[in-house]
Amino acid sequence: MESDVLIVDDSAAIRKILQRVLRQTGMAIRTIHEAGDGQEALEVLKSQPVHLVLTDINMPKMDGLQLLASLKASPQWHSVPVVMITTEGGETKVGEAVRLGAAGYVRKPFTADQIKEKLAGFLEPVLPL
Amino acid sequence: MRVQDVVLESIKRSTAEVFSTMMGVQIGPGEPSIEHGVPEANDGVVSFIGVAGAWAGTGSITCSPEIACRICSLMLMSDASSVDAEVLDALAELTNMIIGSVKNDLEPHVGALGLSIPTVVYGRNFRTKSAGSAEWMVVRFSWDDDYLIIKMFLSPTEKHHHMTPHLAGQACPVDV
Repeated sequence: MESDVLIVDDSAAIRKILQRVLRQTGMAIRTIHEAGDGQEALEVLKSQPVHLVLTDINMPKMDGLQLLASLKASPQWHSVPVVMITTEGGETKVGEAVRLGAAGYVRKPFTADQIKEKLAGFLEPVLPL
Repeated sequence: MRVQDVVLESIKRSTAEVFSTMMGVQIGPGEPSIEHGVPEANDGVVSFIGVAGAWAGTGSITCSPEIACRICSLMLMSDASSVDAEVLDALAELTNMIIGSVKNDLEPHVGALGLSIPTVVYGRNFRTKSAGSAEWMVVRFSWDDDYLIIKMFLSPTEKHHHMTPHLAGQACPVDV
Protein backbone atom coordinates (compact mmCIF):
# COMPACT_ATOMS: atom_id res chain seq x y z
CA MET A 1 0.00 0.00 0.00
CA GLU A 2 1.29 3.45 -0.88
CA SER A 3 1.40 5.90 2.00
CA ASP A 4 0.75 9.63 2.26
CA VAL A 5 3.17 11.56 4.46
CA LEU A 6 2.98 15.02 6.03
CA ILE A 7 6.22 16.94 6.72
CA VAL A 8 5.87 19.77 9.26
CA ASP A 9 8.81 22.15 9.63
CA ASP A 10 9.11 25.95 9.55
CA SER A 11 12.27 25.57 7.48
CA ALA A 12 11.56 25.21 3.77
CA ALA A 13 15.12 23.90 3.45
CA ILE A 14 14.43 20.98 5.78
CA ARG A 15 11.11 20.24 4.06
CA LYS A 16 12.93 20.10 0.73
CA ILE A 17 15.68 17.84 2.12
CA LEU A 18 13.13 15.49 3.69
CA GLN A 19 11.11 15.37 0.45
CA ARG A 20 14.25 14.26 -1.39
CA VAL A 21 15.25 11.75 1.28
CA LEU A 22 11.74 10.23 1.42
CA ARG A 23 11.66 9.82 -2.36
CA GLN A 24 15.01 8.01 -2.16
CA THR A 25 14.09 5.59 0.62
CA GLY A 26 12.60 2.96 -1.66
CA MET A 27 9.39 3.12 0.36
CA ALA A 28 5.97 3.17 -1.27
CA ILE A 29 5.00 6.83 -0.88
CA ARG A 30 2.15 8.31 -2.89
CA THR A 31 1.98 11.92 -1.77
CA ILE A 32 4.12 14.10 0.47
CA HIS A 33 2.28 17.06 1.95
CA GLU A 34 4.00 19.98 3.67
CA ALA A 35 3.14 22.43 6.45
CA GLY A 36 5.18 25.24 8.02
CA ASP A 37 3.84 24.87 11.57
CA GLY A 38 1.40 22.88 13.67
CA GLN A 39 -1.62 25.03 12.84
CA GLU A 40 -0.99 24.66 9.13
CA ALA A 41 -0.54 20.91 9.61
CA LEU A 42 -3.99 20.62 11.22
CA GLU A 43 -5.45 22.56 8.30
CA VAL A 44 -3.78 20.21 5.80
CA LEU A 45 -5.09 17.19 7.69
CA LYS A 46 -8.68 18.41 7.38
CA SER A 47 -8.56 17.71 3.64
CA GLN A 48 -5.62 15.33 3.24
CA PRO A 49 -5.59 12.09 5.23
CA VAL A 50 -2.05 10.87 5.88
CA HIS A 51 -0.45 7.68 7.20
CA LEU A 52 2.61 9.28 8.82
CA VAL A 53 3.57 12.70 10.19
CA LEU A 54 7.17 13.93 10.47
CA THR A 55 7.40 17.08 12.55
CA ASP A 56 9.94 19.50 13.94
CA ILE A 57 9.48 20.56 17.58
CA ASN A 58 10.47 24.24 17.66
CA MET A 59 8.13 26.11 15.33
CA PRO A 60 6.15 29.38 15.51
CA LYS A 61 2.36 29.51 16.10
CA MET A 62 1.94 25.86 17.11
CA ASP A 63 5.02 23.80 17.93
CA GLY A 64 5.54 20.10 17.31
CA LEU A 65 4.63 19.06 20.85
CA GLN A 66 1.32 20.93 20.66
CA LEU A 67 0.64 19.35 17.27
CA LEU A 68 1.46 15.91 18.67
CA ALA A 69 -0.88 16.47 21.62
CA SER A 70 -3.68 17.61 19.27
CA LEU A 71 -3.28 14.57 17.04
CA LYS A 72 -3.20 12.13 19.96
CA ALA A 73 -6.35 13.74 21.39
CA SER A 74 -8.18 13.43 18.07
CA PRO A 75 -10.34 10.34 17.47
CA GLN A 76 -9.54 10.68 13.78
CA TRP A 77 -5.77 11.05 14.03
CA HIS A 78 -4.69 9.46 17.30
CA SER A 79 -3.41 6.29 15.61
CA VAL A 80 -1.29 8.07 13.00
CA PRO A 81 2.40 7.65 13.91
CA VAL A 82 4.22 10.94 14.56
CA VAL A 83 8.01 11.02 14.27
CA MET A 84 9.82 14.04 15.72
CA ILE A 85 12.75 15.41 13.65
CA THR A 86 14.47 18.10 15.69
CA THR A 87 17.67 19.65 16.98
CA GLU A 88 16.36 19.07 20.50
CA GLY A 89 18.42 16.47 22.31
CA GLY A 90 17.52 17.36 25.86
CA GLU A 91 15.52 15.15 28.19
CA THR A 92 12.80 17.75 28.61
CA LYS A 93 11.32 18.10 25.14
CA VAL A 94 12.20 14.64 23.82
CA GLY A 95 10.86 13.08 27.02
CA GLU A 96 7.69 15.15 26.65
CA ALA A 97 7.31 13.94 23.05
CA VAL A 98 7.62 10.31 24.20
CA ARG A 99 5.08 10.88 26.99
CA LEU A 100 2.67 12.43 24.47
CA GLY A 101 2.94 9.37 22.25
CA ALA A 102 5.59 10.14 19.62
CA ALA A 103 6.42 7.05 17.58
CA GLY A 104 10.05 7.98 17.14
CA TYR A 105 12.70 10.67 17.18
CA VAL A 106 15.47 11.67 14.76
CA ARG A 107 17.97 14.32 15.77
CA LYS A 108 19.10 17.01 13.31
CA PRO A 109 21.56 16.84 11.63
CA PHE A 110 20.48 13.56 10.11
CA THR A 111 21.64 11.27 7.34
CA ALA A 112 19.33 9.74 4.75
CA ASP A 113 20.08 6.32 6.26
CA GLN A 114 18.94 7.46 9.72
CA ILE A 115 15.64 8.67 8.28
CA LYS A 116 15.18 5.48 6.27
CA GLU A 117 15.94 3.29 9.28
CA LYS A 118 13.54 5.21 11.52
CA LEU A 119 10.68 5.14 9.01
CA ALA A 120 11.09 1.51 7.94
CA GLY A 121 8.51 0.36 10.47
CA PHE A 122 5.90 2.83 9.29
CA LEU A 123 6.15 2.68 5.48
CA GLU A 124 6.04 -0.30 3.18
CA PRO A 125 8.79 -0.93 0.63
CA VAL A 126 8.08 -0.57 -3.07
CA LEU A 127 7.23 -4.03 -4.41
CA PRO A 128 9.38 -5.29 -7.29
CA LEU A 129 7.58 -5.54 -10.65
CA MET B 1 36.76 23.63 32.46
CA ARG B 2 34.86 26.89 31.95
CA VAL B 3 31.57 27.39 30.08
CA GLN B 4 33.58 29.29 27.45
CA ASP B 5 35.70 26.19 26.81
CA VAL B 6 32.61 23.96 26.57
CA VAL B 7 31.03 26.35 24.05
CA LEU B 8 34.15 26.72 21.90
CA GLU B 9 34.73 22.96 21.77
CA SER B 10 31.05 22.34 21.09
CA ILE B 11 30.95 24.87 18.22
CA LYS B 12 33.92 23.11 16.61
CA ARG B 13 32.41 19.64 17.06
CA SER B 14 28.87 20.62 16.05
CA THR B 15 29.98 22.52 12.96
CA ALA B 16 32.10 19.60 11.78
CA GLU B 17 29.18 17.20 12.38
CA VAL B 18 26.58 19.35 10.59
CA PHE B 19 28.84 20.03 7.60
CA SER B 20 29.76 16.37 7.31
CA THR B 21 26.22 15.01 7.77
CA MET B 22 24.18 17.55 5.81
CA MET B 23 26.70 18.55 3.12
CA GLY B 24 29.34 15.84 2.94
CA VAL B 25 32.03 18.47 3.63
CA GLN B 26 34.96 18.03 6.00
CA ILE B 27 35.43 21.56 7.29
CA GLY B 28 38.71 22.59 8.93
CA PRO B 29 39.26 22.49 12.70
CA GLY B 30 38.32 26.14 13.34
CA GLU B 31 40.26 28.84 15.15
CA PRO B 32 38.76 29.71 18.56
CA SER B 33 39.04 33.14 20.19
CA ILE B 34 37.27 35.45 22.64
CA GLU B 35 36.01 38.86 21.44
CA HIS B 36 34.42 41.67 23.39
CA GLY B 37 30.99 43.00 22.43
CA VAL B 38 32.18 45.81 20.20
CA PRO B 39 30.03 46.74 17.18
CA GLU B 40 31.62 45.67 13.95
CA ALA B 41 30.91 46.26 10.31
CA ASN B 42 29.56 43.29 8.38
CA ASP B 43 29.20 42.40 4.76
CA GLY B 44 27.38 39.33 3.58
CA VAL B 45 25.03 37.08 5.47
CA VAL B 46 24.54 36.98 9.25
CA SER B 47 22.16 34.53 10.89
CA PHE B 48 21.13 34.98 14.54
CA ILE B 49 19.40 32.71 17.01
CA GLY B 50 18.48 33.53 20.61
CA VAL B 51 19.19 31.26 23.56
CA ALA B 52 17.10 31.55 26.73
CA GLY B 53 16.84 29.78 30.07
CA ALA B 54 19.00 29.81 33.19
CA TRP B 55 21.61 31.24 30.82
CA ALA B 56 20.69 33.55 27.94
CA GLY B 57 22.46 34.93 24.90
CA THR B 58 22.77 34.75 21.15
CA GLY B 59 24.44 32.54 18.59
CA SER B 60 25.34 33.74 15.12
CA ILE B 61 26.86 32.59 11.86
CA THR B 62 28.53 35.09 9.52
CA CYS B 63 29.69 34.27 6.00
CA SER B 64 30.11 35.75 2.55
CA PRO B 65 27.27 35.55 -0.02
CA GLU B 66 29.34 33.04 -1.96
CA ILE B 67 29.67 30.72 1.02
CA ALA B 68 25.96 31.11 1.79
CA CYS B 69 25.11 30.04 -1.77
CA ARG B 70 27.56 27.16 -1.56
CA ILE B 71 26.03 25.94 1.71
CA CYS B 72 22.53 26.12 0.22
CA SER B 73 23.59 24.29 -2.95
CA LEU B 74 25.18 21.47 -0.95
CA MET B 75 22.38 21.15 1.61
CA LEU B 76 19.53 21.22 -0.89
CA MET B 77 21.41 19.70 -3.84
CA SER B 78 20.33 22.69 -5.90
CA ASP B 79 22.21 25.40 -7.79
CA ALA B 80 22.07 28.61 -5.77
CA SER B 81 23.90 31.41 -7.59
CA SER B 82 22.56 34.43 -5.67
CA VAL B 83 21.30 35.08 -2.16
CA ASP B 84 17.55 34.47 -2.31
CA ALA B 85 14.93 33.26 0.15
CA GLU B 86 16.06 29.65 -0.22
CA VAL B 87 19.68 30.55 0.61
CA LEU B 88 18.60 32.56 3.66
CA ASP B 89 16.41 29.69 4.79
CA ALA B 90 19.29 27.22 4.45
CA LEU B 91 21.51 29.51 6.57
CA ALA B 92 18.77 29.79 9.17
CA GLU B 93 18.52 26.01 9.40
CA LEU B 94 22.29 25.64 9.55
CA THR B 95 22.29 28.05 12.51
CA ASN B 96 19.46 26.16 14.16
CA MET B 97 21.33 22.86 13.85
CA ILE B 98 24.77 24.11 14.96
CA ILE B 99 23.67 26.33 17.84
CA GLY B 100 21.00 23.76 18.75
CA SER B 101 23.71 21.15 19.10
CA VAL B 102 25.80 23.51 21.24
CA LYS B 103 22.72 24.06 23.40
CA ASN B 104 22.36 20.29 23.83
CA ASP B 105 26.02 20.03 24.89
CA LEU B 106 25.58 22.86 27.41
CA GLU B 107 22.35 21.71 29.05
CA PRO B 108 23.91 19.05 31.31
CA HIS B 109 26.07 21.84 32.79
CA VAL B 110 23.79 24.89 32.91
CA GLY B 111 20.25 23.51 32.88
CA ALA B 112 17.48 23.55 30.27
CA LEU B 113 17.80 26.11 27.48
CA GLY B 114 15.43 27.16 24.71
CA LEU B 115 16.12 28.43 21.21
CA SER B 116 14.34 31.18 19.30
CA ILE B 117 13.42 31.05 15.63
CA PRO B 118 16.52 32.14 13.62
CA THR B 119 16.69 35.51 11.82
CA VAL B 120 18.94 36.02 8.80
CA VAL B 121 20.24 39.36 7.50
CA TYR B 122 21.89 39.95 4.13
CA GLY B 123 23.48 43.24 3.13
CA ARG B 124 26.58 45.38 2.91
CA ASN B 125 28.39 47.49 5.47
CA PHE B 126 25.93 47.02 8.30
CA ARG B 127 26.68 46.85 12.00
CA THR B 128 25.49 44.36 14.56
CA LYS B 129 25.50 44.95 18.30
CA SER B 130 24.19 42.89 21.15
CA ALA B 131 22.65 44.73 24.08
CA GLY B 132 24.64 42.43 26.36
CA SER B 133 28.18 43.34 27.31
CA ALA B 134 29.39 39.77 27.51
CA GLU B 135 32.40 38.37 25.75
CA TRP B 136 31.72 36.51 22.51
CA MET B 137 33.09 33.04 22.02
CA VAL B 138 34.18 32.92 18.39
CA VAL B 139 35.30 30.12 16.09
CA ARG B 140 36.55 31.08 12.65
CA PHE B 141 36.52 28.35 10.01
CA SER B 142 38.40 28.60 6.75
CA TRP B 143 36.73 27.02 3.75
CA ASP B 144 38.99 27.07 0.68
CA ASP B 145 39.78 30.80 0.29
CA ASP B 146 36.70 31.96 2.17
CA TYR B 147 35.51 31.93 5.77
CA LEU B 148 32.63 31.13 8.12
CA ILE B 149 32.49 32.68 11.59
CA ILE B 150 30.38 31.23 14.37
CA LYS B 151 29.88 33.29 17.54
CA MET B 152 28.03 32.88 20.76
CA PHE B 153 27.63 34.79 23.97
CA LEU B 154 25.92 33.53 27.10
CA SER B 155 25.35 34.99 30.55
CA PRO B 156 23.70 33.48 33.60
CA THR B 157 20.22 34.91 34.19
CA GLU B 158 19.76 33.65 37.73
CA LYS B 159 21.94 32.61 40.63
CA HIS B 160 20.77 29.01 40.71
CA HIS B 161 21.68 28.04 37.19
CA HIS B 162 23.22 24.64 37.77
CA MET B 163 20.07 22.62 37.25
CA THR B 164 21.26 19.11 36.50
CA PRO B 165 22.76 17.21 39.42
CA HIS B 166 25.91 15.20 38.88
CA LEU B 167 26.50 11.79 40.39
CA ALA B 168 26.99 11.78 44.14
CA GLY B 169 30.57 12.55 45.04
CA GLN B 170 31.38 13.64 41.50
CA ALA B 171 32.59 17.21 41.12
CA CYS B 172 31.22 19.24 38.23
CA PRO B 173 33.91 19.54 35.56
CA VAL B 174 32.56 22.91 34.42
CA ASP B 175 33.11 26.11 36.36
CA VAL B 176 29.73 27.83 36.14
